[in-house]
Amino acid sequence: MSSNKETFGKTVGFVTAVCLVCAALVSISAIQLKPLQVANKLLDQQTKILEASGLLAKTDGSTKDIKATYAKYVEAKMIDLDSGEFIEGNPNLFDERSNSRDAKKSDKPKNDIAGINRRSHDAVVYLVRNDANKVETVVLPIVGSGLWDLMYGYVGLESDLNTVRSVVYSDHKETPGLGAEVMNPKWKALWPGKKIYNSAGEVKAKLVKGGAKANDIHGVDALSGATLTSNGVTNTLQFWFGEEGYAPFITKYRAGGVN
Amino acid sequence: MSSDSKKVLTQPIVDNNPIALQVLGICSALAVTSSMANALVMTIAVVLVTAFSNLFISIIRNHIPSSVRIIVQMAIIASLVIVVDQVLKAFSYQLSKELSVYIGLIITNCIVMGRAEAFAMKEKPGVSFWDGIGNGLGYGAILMIVAFFRELLGFGTIFGIEILPLIQNGGWYQGNGLLVLPFSSFFIIGLVIWAVRQWKPEQVEKD
Repeated sequence: MSSNKETFGKTVGFVTAVCLVCAALVSISAIQLKPLQVANKLLDQQTKILEASGLLAKTDGSTKDIKATYAKYVEAKMIDLDSGEFIEGNPNLFDERSNSRDAKKSDKPKNDIAGINRRSHDAVVYLVRNDANKVETVVLPIVGSGLWDLMYGYVGLESDLNTVRSVVYSDHKETPGLGAEVMNPKWKALWPGKKIYNSAGEVKAKLVKGGAKANDIHGVDALSGATLTSNGVTNTLQFWFGEEGYAPFITKYRAGGVN
Repeated sequence: MSSDSKKVLTQPIVDNNPIALQVLGICSALAVTSSMANALVMTIAVVLVTAFSNLFISIIRNHIPSSVRIIVQMAIIASLVIVVDQVLKAFSYQLSKELSVYIGLIITNCIVMGRAEAFAMKEKPGVSFWDGIGNGLGYGAILMIVAFFRELLGFGTIFGIEILPLIQNGGWYQGNGLLVLPFSSFFIIGLVIWAVRQWKPEQVEKD
């Protein structure tokens, strides 16, 4: 322990050296692992989309099979939410989260019941075909406030664009055991066959506190102990299937079908 | 392994447990113990960070100017935590999504800092490394105990495998809502501290 290590120059030199080494370590690991991280993220997204379309159960769950199934049956397409038309654009480069923070690519919804603050002008829809190359399921991404934070998920609709195939949440921060029960397979199993719209075209899909009646074609049991999360899910559906969400797209393509 | 290394490795697990005796690192012990899988990953992350931060700090201990030593320690710890976070994102995406912010918070875990300052600044690299592993394991042992009770009684599962079938899944067990919430760990940690001190009365502080 010598005292000369305490001089000003040595201290600055030492700190600089430590910083350089640490920075190099962090940069190398970040750059080296980036491809794996991107692949993981993509795989996670593809898994959720397959789950929403009901195809996940048909894969063996391996990375390879999920990728192959996704590549074979799923087509991502960009749409303009206001007009409901398909537009040109690379869906792989689309990032809803960064778009909805960009004033040029998003705007404030007039009736922001889902609590998303800004809504991207565009969206990506996923057309899931069957072996006969006919669109069987359309998977639509949704986002809305739960109790703690935004909840991201997908709704799979049958080709009539009204009957729900599944509601799958992919990313949320709800309370484990209460709001996080949106991930419970028992709850998800309540969704298939429910209708989003009634015959007048109003959005009727919702969570029913105290349990939906057996003959309720729009309602699903709310999550017990999680009123705010349940309200969040209902509002998210109300918003995304309403006029500011996918309604223009759905009305346009319901009659002729999507292809 | 010398007897010295063995001692610093095993001592923190019961005799000088960082959570139960030193009462450090409580914050993350509350947050990540809702399931055993999370607690296990957190344990591994903390073991690695503590071990390597101790090792590196000990290697350069004679050159660290004392006026900036805390900042130098922080820089090393923070870099290691970022690396762990990156590795987790690359190899275990699901878990990293669940643990997300808590991995980053290892930087502020008093155990890592405490061991760097109290042990690695004075001891040789080899023994410091084992001290880091030992303290990480001591922290992890408490984490696993807390997570065991919280997951079993809160969700009726162990490592995600159903033990007590929940009513909402068609079984008979009503999950304990209190244990699902982070603060319930205070009760379990308190009971663990009590149990350890019953077993080893020398840990009881004199007043």
